[in-house]
Amino acid sequence: MKRRSLSSLLLAALPFVLLGFAPLYLGPYHLLLAGRFLSLGILAMGIVLVWGHGGVLPLGQGVFFGLGGYAIAMHLKLVALGPGELPDFMQWNGVEDLPLWWKPFTSAGVSLAAVVVVPAVFALALAWLVFRRRMTSVYIALISQALALAFATLLISQQGTTGGFNGLTNFDTLFGVPLGEDRARIGLHLATVGLAALAYGFARALGATQAGRLVTAVRDGENRVRFLGYSPAPYKILVFVVGAVFAGLAGALHTLHLGLISPAMVGVVPSIEMVVWVAVGGRASLYGAIIGTVLVNVARDSISSAWPNAWLYLMGMVFILVVVATPRGLAGLVETVAVRLRRRSRSRLAPAGEPIGEALDDVEVASHG
Amino acid sequence: MSSLALALGQLFDGLSVASILLLAALGLSLSFGLMRVINMAHGEFLMMGGFLVYVAHELVPEASIALGLPLAFAGSAILGAVLEVTLIRRLYGRPLDTLLATWGVSLLLQQAARNLFGPTGVEVTAPAWLSGSIAIESGPFAGLALAHVRLFIIGLAGVVLCGLVLLFGKARAGLHIRAVNQNRAMASALGVDTRRVDVLVFALGSGIAGLAGGALALIAPVTPTVGQSYIVDAFLVVILGGMGTLRGTALAALLIGILSALAETFTSISFAKVLILLFVVAFLQFRPRGLVATRTRALEEA
Repeated sequence: MKRRSLSSLLLAALPFVLLGFAPLYLGPYHLLLAGRFLSLGILAMGIVLVWGHGGVLPLGQGVFFGLGGYAIAMHLKLVALGPGELPDFMQWNGVEDLPLWWKPFTSAGVSLAAVVVVPAVFALALAWLVFRRRMTSVYIALISQALALAFATLLISQQGTTGGFNGLTNFDTLFGVPLGEDRARIGLHLATVGLAALAYGFARALGATQAGRLVTAVRDGENRVRFLGYSPAPYKILVFVVGAVFAGLAGALHTLHLGLISPAMVGVVPSIEMVVWVAVGGRASLYGAIIGTVLVNVARDSISSAWPNAWLYLMGMVFILVVVATPRGLAGLVETVAVRLRRRSRSRLAPAGEPIGEALDDVEVASHG
Repeated sequence: MSSLALALGQLFDGLSVASILLLAALGLSLSFGLMRVINMAHGEFLMMGGFLVYVAHELVPEASIALGLPLAFAGSAILGAVLEVTLIRRLYGRPLDTLLATWGVSLLLQQAARNLFGPTGVEVTAPAWLSGSIAIESGPFAGLALAHVRLFIIGLAGVVLCGLVLLFGKARAGLHIRAVNQNRAMASALGVDTRRVDVLVFALGSGIAGLAGGALALIAPVTPTVGQSYIVDAFLVVILGGMGTLRGTALAALLIGILSALAETFTSISFAKVLILLFVVAFLQFRPRGLVATRTRALEEA
């Protein structure tokens, strides 16, 4: 058993190692694309934890994505300034003094900490308020969606201090290194791969702890967990906050790769699209979620530029088909096929003896929301 | 203009906002209460109602309301029934999955509207008898002006609400709906065709949303994304009111409509959104199951 888990761990680490060497075999354009999609993959893994493992559908992940993204973007805007200067969009909007809540972001350390801490604090407050009173998962989905709407509207309306509809863009340097340079690009790529691997490892490790098991137990039978003497709320809160931190990290990395963060990436529609990536890839599978994220985004990039009309039709169809036909997404499809193949080869080679129960256990991930 | 008149004017605006919210939220509340279905495409029924009124207006300009509103109701109701039979039925017992699948439907409908009517939307000019307003020129309320269109919308919401109360209280179909709502298995055992009740309620809710869209077309342009801008608020109304209760939904719509009209006067539209959300979350701390909670001894709830 031990050897099996070690080899599966190595197998799981392999793609990250391969991606780490990507600067050697990918051109600058594709390297950037890989970095962008991988940072979105971190967010997708967060949704797997919250939705696939915790059974709570988060429809406001864009908010936490945005909090992380804006935190780093504000820092980049501020470091580009000379003493006494204001960011360009503030000057255009006639803002004369730097708002108080911008000031801490002058420091790189504070900004980096804010990428994680701000989404965590917001998520903690929201989760505490909703889970404490035993609200159902449906309420939480709808409230987080309303939060996404409020956040995006607020960002757009406060043009003078948030950059409004255009968001924050035109960054020059990252920790003193000009962003166009090779070492900035490669450093950023390595940081993304490293953080993605870390997030993956953390998510897996969390699943193996007692808390992680309770999270899934709450998903499958909240009242049974309650009767066994546990309060479900702390575990739901825990997993919700972890999901938000993943989203914040993803937002910061994505902002650095793309050079832009705007309300168009944080509102209701982008938040729900994030859930679709995971639904396509498989809501209970970490790798499935990353693959789903890459597939949907590649499809969007190629299709929406060629036939902008077709994209929404296609997206709508995919949505309906995935939910109706394969609730466990691509990962579920692959698993089902794998189990069938294994069972067939087993019945041919070793007709008796080995119980199939174990194989079935692997497949028994949630098919219900 | 006296401050009293100003305050009353705000209250009046809030009431008309509340009426549209109520019409939009009723269908959501009904279908959630009965089937545990979250219909994200509900906003698109509203949009469709708006476009149907526009079509009626283009065909027979003088009968845009007499023809348009029934058309809006019927069109949305039929589409709702089709959606229920083809898609929603497969997803019973999986509320979060209905949410995702119906979002897909809403994308399809939005894009279809964009292709049919163009991305910027269309406008309907309200008929002459609705374009004026009742102006009060003397007395303590001097300066207060009540627009006919808004009065009409408030009246429409009142009529729909009364109709539903009658349906639930007096008609046989309403009795069946209440029975299925209380205990689906028992109702089915006693011979109620629960499937038919489901389709009926879903179609009814969609039709009412269509009416909301038709009413909205009289005061604002109809765009392919108009449904999306109402759906989130409508869901907040449903949550605040308590899922599946007529009385709760009506009260919550009134509360949110008036509160947001007030908040928009004192702050801005965007801050009003934040304030309303905070209010709903804070309120649920005291009554987690909404204003009017159906009492139940069941442990598992959706």
